[in-house]
Amino acid sequence: MTIRGTSLSLALGIVLASSTSSFAVTEISWWHAMTGANNEVVNTLSKEFNESQSDYKVVPVFKGTYPETLNAGIAAFRAKQAPDIIQVFDAGTGVMMAAEGAIKPVADILSMGGAKFDKSLYLPGIVAYYSKPDGTMLSFPYNSSSPILFYNKDIFKKAGLDENKPPKTWPEVWDAAKKIKTSGAAKCGYTSAWLTWIHTENFAAWNNLPWGSNENGIGGVDVELKINAPIYVKHFQELADLAKDGTFRYGGRTSEAKPLFLSGECGIYNDSSGGLGDVIKSGMNYGTGPLPYDPDAKDAPQNTIPGGASLWVFAGKSDEQYKGVAAFFNFLSKTEIQARLHQVSGYLPVTLAAYEETKKSGFYDKNPGRETPIQQMMGKAPTENSKGVRLVNLPQVRDIQNEEFENMLSGKQTAQQALDNAVKRGNAAIKQAIGQ
Amino acid sequence: MASSTRVTFPNKFLPYLLLAPQLAITAIFFYWPASQAIYQSVLREDPFGLSTQFVGLDNFRRVLGDPNYLNSLQVTVIFSVATALIAMALALLLAVMADKVIRGKGIYRTLLIWPYAVAPAIAGMLWLFLFNPSMGTLAHLVRSAGYNWDPLLNGDQAMVLIVSAAAWKQISYNFLFFVAGLQSIPKSLIEAAAIDGAGETKRFWTIVFPLLAPTTFFLLVVNTVYAFFDTFGIIHAVTGGGPGKATETLVYKVYNDGFVNLILGDSAAQSVILMIIVIGLTAIQFRYVERKVHYG
Repeated sequence: MTIRGTSLSLALGIVLASSTSSFAVTEISWWHAMTGANNEVVNTLSKEFNESQSDYKVVPVFKGTYPETLNAGIAAFRAKQAPDIIQVFDAGTGVMMAAEGAIKPVADILSMGGAKFDKSLYLPGIVAYYSKPDGTMLSFPYNSSSPILFYNKDIFKKAGLDENKPPKTWPEVWDAAKKIKTSGAAKCGYTSAWLTWIHTENFAAWNNLPWGSNENGIGGVDVELKINAPIYVKHFQELADLAKDGTFRYGGRTSEAKPLFLSGECGIYNDSSGGLGDVIKSGMNYGTGPLPYDPDAKDAPQNTIPGGASLWVFAGKSDEQYKGVAAFFNFLSKTEIQARLHQVSGYLPVTLAAYEETKKSGFYDKNPGRETPIQQMMGKAPTENSKGVRLVNLPQVRDIQNEEFENMLSGKQTAQQALDNAVKRGNAAIKQAIGQ
Repeated sequence: MASSTRVTFPNKFLPYLLLAPQLAITAIFFYWPASQAIYQSVLREDPFGLSTQFVGLDNFRRVLGDPNYLNSLQVTVIFSVATALIAMALALLLAVMADKVIRGKGIYRTLLIWPYAVAPAIAGMLWLFLFNPSMGTLAHLVRSAGYNWDPLLNGDQAMVLIVSAAAWKQISYNFLFFVAGLQSIPKSLIEAAAIDGAGETKRFWTIVFPLLAPTTFFLLVVNTVYAFFDTFGIIHAVTGGGPGKATETLVYKVYNDGFVNLILGDSAAQSVILMIIVIGLTAIQFRYVERKVHYG
């Protein structure tokens, strides 16, 4: 009985094994850094792709925060165990671009899949950011975002502010924040995620000011930072002054300030448009507005630069795997997928068709403010100050800035000292990273 | 005497065979990575390992000339001394108190030993949940009492937070050893002193404390090593080395430069320096401190 059972299952096993090998499925590994609602989107997309065809199977793996995912990918590459696809955040773009032998341009892969790759289908500002100076698109823009203003309408009402008029400029933000604080409507007026990305990189682009030399690094790797110019110093000194009595509260280096806004402790908040999901989920009475600008900058507002992340493909994989990656990227580019991704997450649609589709569906009329991040980025043709920011070691340079900002906000140094130090240390770090 | 009790093996190879697993583990988990670190420390390499260049001692020169490195050395000393002292002093106090309890001794001890089972990163998260200025329960109480508690910006408060978390976790371990040490002190000595009229404090400092010296010395070594190396998880979870560089210890800097900033040469040079520091510290402890220890 047992013997017969064993031989039966053995025979069944052989049949099964031979049948699966005849329909070999190529696995495509995808390392990502998406948490919460955005993680669910990753899993749903993979599942839908896997069910839509039978040749390839995308396997998403969560690898931690953005920097952790990048470092895991690099370590895996060194150990010759790299995944096929890796999600790399905006600041890691320069790191990946500098590693020419380690990656395969997405433009090459998409034309391998049989379908002709047409760059003009994608949003120009985003594609330009993820392309080489010669125009070759290197990575696939999966989730792009731009920074916007969030505010708590209940707190605005309590403070006697117009709940339908978000502050447009930084002085207006400071005034509103002070009013919130002094009226007792909330304990703190203003907080912000990502001081580096929002208050230096986007502050520069949106006000059409140079952030660094060489078109902020888009034109070449040798960059000297310009963020200690008087207009930045003024902006950061105002932040530091507001921090003294708690009108501005610092939350952390990335998006740790979010709970301060969601809990109603702070009335106004700057974050990526990708943070919208959590704000909606919290059920609060919120409003959004464009990123504030500095009225002293004569060209402001210009345009914001892309944030978020893109998908990179490692070199040295088989043609079969690249074909699978191409099929997956073509799937992600589909209008209905892109439109849905944009509407549920607050990230930007990466194709023009998806943008048009969302417009036509009346989504923006029903959800005012949801078009803001796209209009901000696409409103004007970018200047050399607003194409983006790119360094081979941007994560490190951001950390240097964060350290100096923290010492400034705790009152250990002035904005002038903080920005001078950030420029000096940042420039030294860039020189070292490019081997000079 | 010694030679007569010595075990001798009939086969020449057997002792080597018995030693082999331990040697293999030491070789794989210490000598191999250590030699890799020394090799990396004289190279300049891009993050992906696509291009490598021999640079001699350049990495060491840059690391030692960096004011931030000296800062993290200072942070490490403050952190380690504070953590070791607090963890040992409180553990000794608790052990002496627990030794006096007659009923429910077992329960007290078990409860006091529990925190040792908590992983460093989780211990860090526990403290973070209590004291994070934006969501911490106790932080909220402290702030509403009017005290400006903000370890995200105040470096001293951040240091207090990680020292508390690190010491809290280590108290249990120290407690365990102090309890054992206390039990091995003959009761007759203490009773004799009591009959001679020595008060409780006097008895502690003249009899109990000196007789605990071997335990205290052992714990000093263990706690220093712990504060140096095993607290990475706590710092990573609670402060990430910030604000500024206020809580960036030497070990955290190795991680930060190597795995976050991807400057592998500098990071390797730092770990080689760290290795030298630890060898030095251990040598000093055993050569000078151990001489003063009375093993009874």
